[in-house]
This record gives sequence, C-alpha cells and structure tokens, in this order.
Amino acid sequence: MSNYSIQGATGDFEVVIGLEIHAQISSKAKLFSGASTEFGAEPNTQVSLVDAAMPGMLPTINGECIRQGVRTGLAIGAQINNFSVFDRKNYFYADLPQGYQISQFKHPIVGEGMVVVDLEDGSKKEIGVERIHLEQDAGKSMHDQHPELTYVDLNRTGVALMEIVSKPDMRSPEEAGAYVTKIRSIVRYIGACDGNMEQGSMRADVNVSVRKHGDPLGTRCEIKNVNSIRFVRQAIEVEANRQVDVIEAGGTIDQETRSFDPVKGETKSLRSKEEAHDYRYFPDPDLLPIEFDDAYVDAARASLPELPDAKRARLVGELGISDYNAAVLVAEKENADYFEAILAATMDATGKDASSVATRVANWVIGDLFGAINKAGKTIATSPVSPAQGAALIALIEDGTISGRIAKDVFEIMFETGKDAGVIVEEKGLKQVSDTGAIEAIIDEIIAANPNQLAQYRAGKDKLIGFFVGQVMKATQGKANPGVVNQLLKPKLDG
Amino acid sequence: MSEIDKDTVAKIARLARIKVADDKLAPLAGELNNILGWIEQLNEVNTDDIGPMASPVNAKLRWRDDVVTDGDKQEDVLANAPRSEFGFFGVPKVIE
Amino acid sequence: MTELTKMTIAEARDAMALGDLTSVELTEAHIKAVEGFGATNAYIMKTPEKALDMAKAADAKIQSGNTSAMTGIPIGVKDLFCTEGVRTTACSHILDGFVPRYESSVTTNLWNDGAVMLGKLNMDEFAMGSSNETSFYGPVKNPWRATNSNRDFVPGGSSGGSVTSVAGYAAMGATASDTGGSIRQPASFTGTVGIKPTYGRCSRFGMVAFASSLDQAGSITRTVRDGAIMLESMCGFDVKDSTSMDMVVPNFEAALTGDIRGLKVGIPQEYHLADMPGEIEALWHQGIEWLKAAGAEIVDVNLPHTKYALPAYYIIAPAEASSNLARYDGVRYGLRDVGDGSSLDEMYYSTRGEGFGEEVKRRLMIGTYVLSAGYYDAYYIKAQKVRQLIADDFKRVFEKVDVLLTPTAPSAAFAFGDKSNDPLAMYLNDVFTVPASLAGLPGSSVPAGLSADGLPLGLQVLGKAWDEETVLKVSHVIEAAAGFNATPTDWWS
Repeated sequence: MSNYSIQGATGDFEVVIGLEIHAQISSKAKLFSGASTEFGAEPNTQVSLVDAAMPGMLPTINGECIRQGVRTGLAIGAQINNFSVFDRKNYFYADLPQGYQISQFKHPIVGEGMVVVDLEDGSKKEIGVERIHLEQDAGKSMHDQHPELTYVDLNRTGVALMEIVSKPDMRSPEEAGAYVTKIRSIVRYIGACDGNMEQGSMRADVNVSVRKHGDPLGTRCEIKNVNSIRFVRQAIEVEANRQVDVIEAGGTIDQETRSFDPVKGETKSLRSKEEAHDYRYFPDPDLLPIEFDDAYVDAARASLPELPDAKRARLVGELGISDYNAAVLVAEKENADYFEAILAATMDATGKDASSVATRVANWVIGDLFGAINKAGKTIATSPVSPAQGAALIALIEDGTISGRIAKDVFEIMFETGKDAGVIVEEKGLKQVSDTGAIEAIIDEIIAANPNQLAQYRAGKDKLIGFFVGQVMKATQGKANPGVVNQLLKPKLDG
Repeated sequence: MSEIDKDTVAKIARLARIKVADDKLAPLAGELNNILGWIEQLNEVNTDDIGPMASPVNAKLRWRDDVVTDGDKQEDVLANAPRSEFGFFGVPKVIE
Repeated sequence: MTELTKMTIAEARDAMALGDLTSVELTEAHIKAVEGFGATNAYIMKTPEKALDMAKAADAKIQSGNTSAMTGIPIGVKDLFCTEGVRTTACSHILDGFVPRYESSVTTNLWNDGAVMLGKLNMDEFAMGSSNETSFYGPVKNPWRATNSNRDFVPGGSSGGSVTSVAGYAAMGATASDTGGSIRQPASFTGTVGIKPTYGRCSRFGMVAFASSLDQAGSITRTVRDGAIMLESMCGFDVKDSTSMDMVVPNFEAALTGDIRGLKVGIPQEYHLADMPGEIEALWHQGIEWLKAAGAEIVDVNLPHTKYALPAYYIIAPAEASSNLARYDGVRYGLRDVGDGSSLDEMYYSTRGEGFGEEVKRRLMIGTYVLSAGYYDAYYIKAQKVRQLIADDFKRVFEKVDVLLTPTAPSAAFAFGDKSNDPLAMYLNDVFTVPASLAGLPGSSVPAGLSADGLPLGLQVLGKAWDEETVLKVSHVIEAAAGFNATPTDWWS
C-alpha cells in the first residue's frame, strides 16, 4: 500500500481517484457503420452516410465490437450481462453529427470486475471496475486551421469505444498510473484495443477528490481526455494539490470538468462548455437490446489468451523465473510473446526442458536484449535479433561452444548486423577451447612465466588463482572454457 | 407535476437549441402546460409491475460482420454542406 | 387520355401485360394530371423527365417479360422518403435544398419493381400534424368539398399530399408513413385506401425519422387490391434497419378472397366516444352489419387503456423526435442561419429557431422536457409502461378475435384553421389510430360512406402483428359492401 498524501497547512489530505478509460476497440469497421476505422486517412473519407447522420440513416451493430467488449469483461473477471441496451446521450456539438452519442447507460454490457495492480514497493492492490459499456467516438474539430472557422472531420465519428469505469479505489498518482498500465496490458493481450495512447486509441477521464483522512468523500472534479500514463499521474498530482489549496484557503470545490495542460502543469475549468448539461438519456429506438446466451460467453472466454497475471504466476511457479523478471517479461504483450518464442526456440535448439533454460533465457532477454534495444531506441517489434537467433546464441552458451563473456560480444555483432550467432562465431574464430592438452600447455607457460605469484599462492594467498585464470583467458582471447581452465589449473598450482 | 414557467421554457429551448423570442416564452409556457396537463391523466393508470415498452419489435439486435463495406465517399458526405473546405465541414469557430 | 388516370393499378397492370397500354402512355397522362393539379398543392416537386425515363425502362421491362405488379405504375412519393438526386425536405425549411445521395429502401423496392416516380408529395413538416397545415410549402387542399360548397377542407395529415394526389387522380398510388395515424386518418378524409403494415415490415432506412419506434411506411391507393399490390412491393426485410424483421412477405393480393365466413371481428367498446358525431357511429354500425352479412362473427371486446393512448403517444413521439431531429443543426446539410461572427451555439439556436415550424418546435420542446432530468421517470417511463398496457390489451383481444373494426377518425375532414390553433383538438383526430401505432399493429382505412356534408368517411380495420393478409381481406369485403364510388368534383383543373 502506498501512503500517498498531500501535506497541507492544516494537515494531510488523502486523494481519491476513479478513472474512466476510453479504449478504442480493435475492429476493422465502425460500431454502427461499415466505414473503416483506420487511423490517419484524408478528412471525411472514412465516413458513411450513417456516420454523417444523413436524414433517414440507421445504425446497425458490428458484432465484433460486442465480442471484444465481452472478452474484455471476462479478462477482468467481470460479470457479463446477457442483456444490454443502447441509449442515446443527447447533446449538441459540431463533431457529433447525430446530436447524440449512442452509448450504454442503464444496462451496460459488462458489470463489476477487478484488476490487481503492482506498485513500486512490490505490493499489490485490487482496483474495482464498476462497469464497461460500448459507445461511439465523436469526430474531430480543428480550431486552428482557419481564422473564422472550425474544421470538422468525421473519420473518427462512430468508431467503437469501450468505456471502462473504475471504482474510486485509487489513492495516489502511482496507483492510477499502475491501473491504466494494467488495463492497457490486458486489452492489448486479448487484442481488444491496440492501447496506442498517442493516436488516441486509449485515453482517460480522471476523477479526483481530496479529503482529510477519515472524512467523507470530497467533491470531485473530472479531468477530461488525458492521453498518457505519465499525464494521468501528473494531472492527479496537480489537481489534488489545487483542491487542497482551494480548501485550505477556505473555498469549496465545484463539481466540474477540467482539462489538463501538461506544458503549464495545470488543470483548468471547462465550465463554459458544460453549461447546463442534461443528457436526456433514453433507449435508442433505432436499435434493439443486445442479447446473447451463455454459450456465446463461453466461446468468448475460450478465445482468451493467457493473461498477464496468469502468465507471471506460471513463469515463477513452473519455470522458476524470479518474480521481478517475470513481472518485467509479462508487462508488455510483445515482450511476453518474444520471451515465449525464444524460450521455445531455445528448448528446441538445446533439447533441454523449459525450466532448465528459462532463467538463462529470461536473464538474457531482460539484460542483454532489452538493454541493447533501449540503448538503440528500438522496440521489441523492431529488434534486429529474432527469437530464433537469440535462441541459437543461448544454445551456443548452453553447449559450451562459447562462453558467456564471448556471447556478449557475439550479441553485439548480431544486433548490429543481424547475422546469426553461429556465423559470427565461425567467422571470428570465437569457439571456446575445451581441448585439455592445448589449455594445459598454456597453463604451464603461464605458471612458468609468473614464479612470484606462484610462490605467493603457495604461501596461502588462494585468491591469486583468479590472476592465473585471467592470464589463461587473456592468452586464449577468452576462448578457453573457464570450467576446464579451473579444473586443470588448481592441481598444477597446488603442485 | 410542476407547472412550466417562462424560465423553464427558456431552459428547455436552450437544451433543444431552439431560439425562442422572449415575448414567445410566456405563450409557449401556456401551450406546454396545456398539453402536459392533459398528459397527466396517465397518472390514473396503475403501472406497478409493468415494464416500459421501448419498441413494438420483440426481438434481439442483429449483428453485422466486422467488414469494411462503406466510406470513401467524401464528395457524397460533403455535397450538401452549407460550408466545406479542403475536405472538412466548416462551422463558426469554436473557442475552447 | 384523362380516363387513363382513373384506372386502378390492377387494371393498368393487366392492360400493360396484354400490350393494350404502355407505361409511357399511362405516365404521360399522369404527368398531365399532375400539371393540372397545382391548385391542391399536393406536389411540392415534380419529376416528369425522370418519370418518362422510368416509364420507358418499365416498358422495356414489360417487353422482356420481366415484370412485377408495380412495373410501369406512376406513383407519388411522400417527401419523407429520401430520393437520390431529388430534393427531399420532409416539408421542413430546415432541410432547404437537401438532395440525398441515396435512396430510401422502400422507394428502392418500388423502383426495382419498375414503378414510376411522378414527384414528391406535400406533408406535415416532419410528419407532425393531422391536417397538412404544418408544411413549410403550405397546406394541401382536400380534393373533396362539401356538397354545394366551395370551401376548402384539409386532407388530413401527415400524408396530405399522398392522399390528395391519389384521390384527385394525379397518381395511381402514393407512399405514405404512419407514426400515429398519418396514413389512415388522411385516407379517411379523402376516400382513399390507406394501409399501415406491422412495425418492422417496411424498412425505415432512408425515411426521414420522426419517432423511430412508431414510424412505419405504407401505401395510399384507391382500392384495397391496389393497396395490396403496392404494399407488397414496398415491404421486405432490410439489413440496414435493425428494427426490420426478417419475415417472408406474403402475396397480399392473394389474400383478397372475399371469404370472411367464420372470421371473428372485434368491436372495441372504448371506441364509442361520448361526443362522437352520430354519422360516425352510424357508419360504424353499418360496417358491422356488412361484415355480419358476409358471414363474420361480431364480438364486443374491451381495450381498457384506449383513452390513455393519445397522452402516452404525445410523450413518446415527441421524446424520440427531440432526439431524432437533433441532427438538423446547420452543419452538414440543409438550412444554416448564421450571422457574421456568430458562435457555433448561436448558429444552432438560430438555424433551428428559423428552420423548424411552430408545431415541430412545440413537439421538440415537449420531447426535450419529458426526457430531462427529474421528469424522465414521471413522463417518459410512465408513457412506455402505459404503452405496454395498450399493447397487452390488443394481445389479449387478439387471442379471441381476428381483426378489429372501428371508425378511422372521429370526424370527417374539417376546414382550414378549424383546429390549427388548438393543438389538443388537433391531436384528438388520431384517437382511433394511435393505439395500434403504439402497439405496432397493421391497420387500414377503407372508404365506407359520405358524411351528411358529402365528405368521405373511412372505417378502420386493425389486425394482429404480421397478419396484414386478414386486414386486407376484411378491408376488401368492406370495400365491396360499401360500393363506395363517389368521386370529388375536379374543381382544381
């Protein structure tokens, strides 16, 4: 548990946070029309006459969006509602052609669920999910392209969103950040949303209130459309402090929506836009209730991949990977996929079972590969070293062809050139020397060349064995098998 | 149920985005009260244990396949627009 | 040539099949009739060239033997139906100059069957009205006048242009739409046959929405047979409308057997209004006698929640309309009323303030109010519950009877201005038609006689969901028994 609080002049304040995450469902076509959802097209080209709300146009629902909503609900262990209803949320805005958003108000498709988040101090916390409902995205207004006009592009209009509404269970920016991270991880694992926050595929409305510890809940403000995990954290920090300042100055918090300006590091009221909102929700008479049977839910459940928590538990429990490493590996789906692929390839290449190579593979992926990727500013998707290539490298260590030390050099070349490890080892003559005769000869030379050190060793300075090992490795350019060296050196030094 | 006054009419007109001249508010309030007063006879009906009927169709929603079948008709979309430029609809500038 | 316009659809179909008549001949006669029909204001847009092109194509189709019952039949289209390349406004100022790039599914079905479009027909603005007085294009004059009178009467609404064009021989049939009675009530006022099918039978795609859970397209014709023919062409499952039901469309014309022996006809006692004119009661009684004579069994039934249908309707329909009409905002089509330096919000206020007529604004205000915070449960949910009770009433009754017979409207057509200043008096016109609309049931209005003043009066037949066939069969028997052959004097030409 984190013990985050804001220290005010009159005492400590607790921060209470709830999040509404809007996640774009990964579908080819829109929620209620056959227009494409692809990002970045020319304005108003991915718009059907339904999206443009031409007179007499009617919505028809994309079943894939229902399926992904159900899968997301199942992935957070939530109650799935076999009966749900679309409502109209009525308000006027230039990029809302119908004059209403089709959403789910009274009867959402997914009810209560829960996710477990990991905090920096190693603790875990359960965050409740209140509901998930399906709704349409709005279009895009551009205010800076023309002196007198706002330009409206409807390409995004009608794209399917899931709104994932948390309970007010978070108490610190860190918890909120961890929660978004976890939700993002889950929806990406199951393929319900690409989680791309830069392109707006995921964004959050952040509800923040403050109170003295033990007091009833304070009045909350909703910070709209926060589009990165870092900004979620910052916005909460800034807003909570603002609220404490207001309260301590004798003011009261107005329930309102606000926006976060990351450049100025402040939130500001959107009250002007909010004037007298009354959404007049009612069931959309152009649509009928969504209904499905338990078999449908079962099939959706069966289609779920292993989820991050389960994978992490398996990595620790069955493969003996440390909890820290497991957590790192499962956090991002691509990383986890890479790990699974390289582990399988390593098993193939070495003929060994998973648990006996898993730790080495995990260490290599997290230490060597991630290190190189981060340094090069790449991602796992653009890694120049494939899982098969990585596995081949690890297999060379496992079978004693090269040492761990040499492997690092080989990897560096692989990362730069994309060549296979075997080729590099061959080309550069980096094969480990395990021939006892050859190593013995070198050892003899080195002992002969260092009589002083030998005398000191024999006088009880055991540590000097390291010096001799180093000399042997140096003489063999690191290629001597360290095991063999140790094995031969000791009897000779001991005389 | 409450009587609609001029302020309520003004509030409803705002929600509906309909300009109503000030001198029309009071007459409109009268008309609406008349209609709503007549509507209130519904209170005579006992609707305990009755579910609201949203549609005469007693069926579940039909689902579409996730296939792109529409779009790519910018000209049709913009053809009737009072103002459009560079493929966008143009509306009076919105100050955020 | 004028005689051609007096033919029924069925007669014209048969003549064209025999090669005695071409669609071009038939269409030219109608184009001429439409030209001479201006005084009624039924057509707000004429499409003679398009009509001739379609007629030629229909003749070619007939030549090739690839025909259906509507091939080559010239009809009018209520301006509620979007027609590709032809201005569509729902007779509202706010849709000024709107030319759809798409075709409604109902008209698509008709054109696919070879029907010919004469033009777009006047209506109450957004179908909100019972007299066609709310149209931005001005009222439509009923072809009928009272005996020895030159006074103009309303044609009923909202499908005033549709019924007028058909009654005045300026179209063989017309599309119409019914939300609370907009097909049946004007049919009754003009001596035409109006048929509203079961909700979900005709696609709503491309039909300008008024109240989505109530709107249903239907036909206006001069005979029941023509209604069966035209309706069959209009109906059909449409994936583009989520409330369109995947039901086989029967051969409606085949239902017109004339044999209703043993059929049970319910007479809802609640439709005997205390202040209803005696001639309406008398006509109803006459209808009962006709059906009895044809071998039907008459059963008195009760629909206890009937009187609550209108108030429930005047919550539900405006509520849905307030949301359906939010799209008319001056951004993407139609009227934009904006001054220099106006804000977006100011544009909304003045576009919608200018663009909507008084009745539409009144209903949008009511609809907005009943959905607003604090009133939703008291009004909207209450109305939906009452709607359920009304639907349950019908369901119970239809376990015992096959159809219901009632008057279509509580009066004959009235004069202009009689009710337009009293919204409630106007709403009461729909007292007999609204309950079935709320329940989504099929119904017809069949001309059955004349009022003492010489104005047409209709009887309404209501049926079970998806049983248009029995409605048509009974309507056909009434039509035959009534022998209604009065025609309006053609004062307009």
